[in-house]
Amino acid sequence: MKTDELISLLATSAQPVPAHAVGRRFAIALGVGLPAATVLMLVTLGLRPDLADAASALAFWMKLAFAACLALAGLVATERLSRPGVQVGFAWVGMAAPVLALWLAAATALLGAAPEQRLVLVLGDTWAHCPFNIAMLSVPLFAATFWCMKDLAPTRLALAGASSGLLAGALSALVYALHCPESAAPFLGVWYVLGIAIPTLAGALLGPRILRW
Amino acid sequence: MERIQERDARFLETESRLRELLVLGLGGDSTAYHSFLKALSAHLRAYFRKRLFQRPDEVEDLVQETLLAVHNQRHTYRSEQPLTAWVHAIARYKLVDMLRARSSREALTDPLDDEVEVFARSDTDAADAQRDLGKLLDTLPDKQRLPIVHVKVEGLSVVEAAKLTGMSESAIKIGVHRGMKTLAARIRGIT
Repeated sequence: MKTDELISLLATSAQPVPAHAVGRRFAIALGVGLPAATVLMLVTLGLRPDLADAASALAFWMKLAFAACLALAGLVATERLSRPGVQVGFAWVGMAAPVLALWLAAATALLGAAPEQRLVLVLGDTWAHCPFNIAMLSVPLFAATFWCMKDLAPTRLALAGASSGLLAGALSALVYALHCPESAAPFLGVWYVLGIAIPTLAGALLGPRILRW
Repeated sequence: MERIQERDARFLETESRLRELLVLGLGGDSTAYHSFLKALSAHLRAYFRKRLFQRPDEVEDLVQETLLAVHNQRHTYRSEQPLTAWVHAIARYKLVDMLRARSSREALTDPLDDEVEVFARSDTDAADAQRDLGKLLDTLPDKQRLPIVHVKVEGLSVVEAAKLTGMSESAIKIGVHRGMKTLAARIRGIT
């Protein structure tokens, strides 16, 4: 087929493109992925029984705010990485800031605690389950973000995959926070960050394989 | 200095003209879209020719592949974005992808490799070098191929193609859309 024929073919078969096609795709992906992860959490883990009491504590909201800020920055970065020739820009800062703030809070809490209390603050009661639960809840979200990216045009595949994984992980942490009884910053700074890092790393590895177009 | 300014002026002129055509095309104006693709193909050809001077026969393959990619991913362009940045990122991605695929293919035909591998590969390698999109099109399933062929070969409208094939109008539209995606995937060897 000659290039001119291909051009005629493409031109005659072109349907109008709806405005905000990319945003719509993300909305569908997260609109399905987030409820799916929530249902998965309710079925396998359940809400924390003292949720109503916990909701009156500042620490609980800080935990949600951490995950929400990270997810928001991850969404912005992923959307930018999905379109050719767009720079990620300040979204990098947006992704680093919540983690650094959390680590700062963790360091402050550890320095202020008695030496024998420090390990307790880091390990909490549930350290052994936390990262795996976050990774487990991120599976439907991970599938959703990759489904979304598959239709778009990322040109830096490992980064785009990592960013999609981070978005899935941060949203998963947000959902998991409704089950998890922990709220100490040192705990979150290690185990939540680790839980989010698992889908991020998986995304970086799978991106170049799955997202090619 | 003047030459640079002149070049910049011409660049900006091209950028704004092409962008206008693409935006019209995204709105459904197929004449403008045709002009856009036509002008773009010339730019792409020059871009790839400069970078693939050792493999002139692969330039046209890459031009076609990039045009198909631009078409399939055109919903990722936003009118406020510089068109050059968008097109350049796609062209560069396709170029790097092709070079990477080629280097791994060359690694497979390394003389130290299994002999059977060498014979098994030589045929497809020749076909790859000058890919025929027409032949690839023939490999699509009927419900994707027929809409494309009718809309293209006879230049029929969607309504006419629907009547001729007995498919619904939306099936024709979907068939063309999916067919283009499959075509792009076949080129990449994904399916």
